[in-house]
Amino acid sequence: MRFMYIVTSTQPNRGPTPALMEAMHKLADREIKAGRMLDSGGLMPVSLGAQVKITGGKLSVVDGPFVEAKELIGGYAIFELRDKEEAVASAVEFMQLHKEHMPGWEGTCEVRSFATPGDEMACQADAQAAS
Amino acid sequence: MTAADIHRTILAVWRNEQPRLITSLSRMLRDVPLAEDLTQEALVAALEHWPATGVPERPGAWLMATAKRRALDHLRRGKMLAHKHDMVARDLEQEQQAIPDLDAALDDDIGDELLRLIFTACHPLLPQEARAALALRMICGLTTGEIARAFLVPEATVAQRIVRAKRTLSASGLAYETPRGEELSERLASVLEVVYLIFNEGYTAARGEHWLRPQLCQEALRMGRVLISIAPHEPEAHGLLALMELNASRIAARTDQAGDPILLMDQNRALWDQLQIRRGMLALAQAVQLGGAGGFYALQAEIIACHAKASAVDDTDWPRIAELYAELAKLVNSPVIELNRAVAVGMAEGPAAGLAIVERLAGEPTLKTYHLFGSVRGDLLYKLGRYAEARDVFEAAAGLAANDRERELLKRRAAQAADAAASS
Repeated sequence: MRFMYIVTSTQPNRGPTPALMEAMHKLADREIKAGRMLDSGGLMPVSLGAQVKITGGKLSVVDGPFVEAKELIGGYAIFELRDKEEAVASAVEFMQLHKEHMPGWEGTCEVRSFATPGDEMACQADAQAAS
Repeated sequence: MTAADIHRTILAVWRNEQPRLITSLSRMLRDVPLAEDLTQEALVAALEHWPATGVPERPGAWLMATAKRRALDHLRRGKMLAHKHDMVARDLEQEQQAIPDLDAALDDDIGDELLRLIFTACHPLLPQEARAALALRMICGLTTGEIARAFLVPEATVAQRIVRAKRTLSASGLAYETPRGEELSERLASVLEVVYLIFNEGYTAARGEHWLRPQLCQEALRMGRVLISIAPHEPEAHGLLALMELNASRIAARTDQAGDPILLMDQNRALWDQLQIRRGMLALAQAVQLGGAGGFYALQAEIIACHAKASAVDDTDWPRIAELYAELAKLVNSPVIELNRAVAVGMAEGPAAGLAIVERLAGEPTLKTYHLFGSVRGDLLYKLGRYAEARDVFEAAAGLAANDRERELLKRRAAQAADAAASS
């Protein structure tokens, strides 16, 4: 199963400490070597990004920073793992590093499994059954 | 959390930690099968304790300390050499004073030990199915039950294979050694073979209800990725990984909703996994860069890469594929490879050229009972407008197909050829 880990924080302006960077680098290296991590990336500050929105039927482009945003995405990783338990165990390890190397930081690592074509079908079937 | 949830959580944590546990213990005990037994014991201990105490904050350190304590007990019981015992005891004492933190665990370079572990599990002295079972158990951390389910054999059979294999290794003194130099390449071939066997077992499941068993593909891929990280200079390791990544990229497109196979030419290419294709291409480039372009796995990977690069069937570089099959045929003398070349030549130069190769293969004993031979031959005849001959060939091939779905397909093609023959 493929999973995406999305790390969000309410403190986007606090970049990772050097110790955290080093620990995360080591963890990533280990996970790549173990064949579990397929891809990952940190994201540049939100001030350099943009949002393309539809609100009330209108399309608009807003350049960052976004005042109303509460939780911002700092990075992501893609893992290939056996099951959700394995995904959660590995996210716990990842967040443990944050706890140790960046005291006071608060954030979330969201673990989401990728939909496969079969799953989409399953959702449609659910929807049809419900209607 | 229910008891079953806790159980699954513990297994997940354990699988993450298992390679490091088993490699550390192997180094300590100089005996891989024994190290494997003791890591299992650490798992049992976790299953006993953690439901009550919860999963510790540093589960890896807990498991490592437990496993090492077992190893120490074992050394004591066995009245092993005094100095070895002292050495281990000292190590353990130091570790208990300062339970290794996460960073230490991350620093622990297990590359060499892991390589030794893989070589041991895939020792050519062991029967192939025992190698596959040992590899899945020691490297991927699968339980005996999981391996049995994956290979559709009784759990007792797998358990017995593992016990026998471990006994063979211990008895032959092969429980802890790493091949070097020329032997290394030879032994690596045996490892790659096992990984590829596991992959293929999942990718083209010949038996069972499901045509695909993706979990085995994932395990093989994982092992392939581990191999290139610990043997980065071996071009065929990259070649095999490329072949597996590229093949696996098509898994979602290979079956329809009912689980029936969809052939390459008919697949919806939008379902091909681009991330996996990218990884496959990267691994292939590595293999080529290391001078492995002509390798058994790299050549096959390059053939698949030709398909992966084509966004539509018509964009496929068939002349290149035909060339690659010709190179592969030089490496392995196999009529099946030649048959594949005939398909590619048929697409590249026209059905007559393809049929010429097929007709030369007609006398091959191994192809006499191979339904795909008739399938290819019938297709080429049909394209040449020789409908009556195509009908006969398809009908004969249908009689040879062991798989119901394939037989249906060949019968349909025979009927189609019969209609065309009647109206021409």
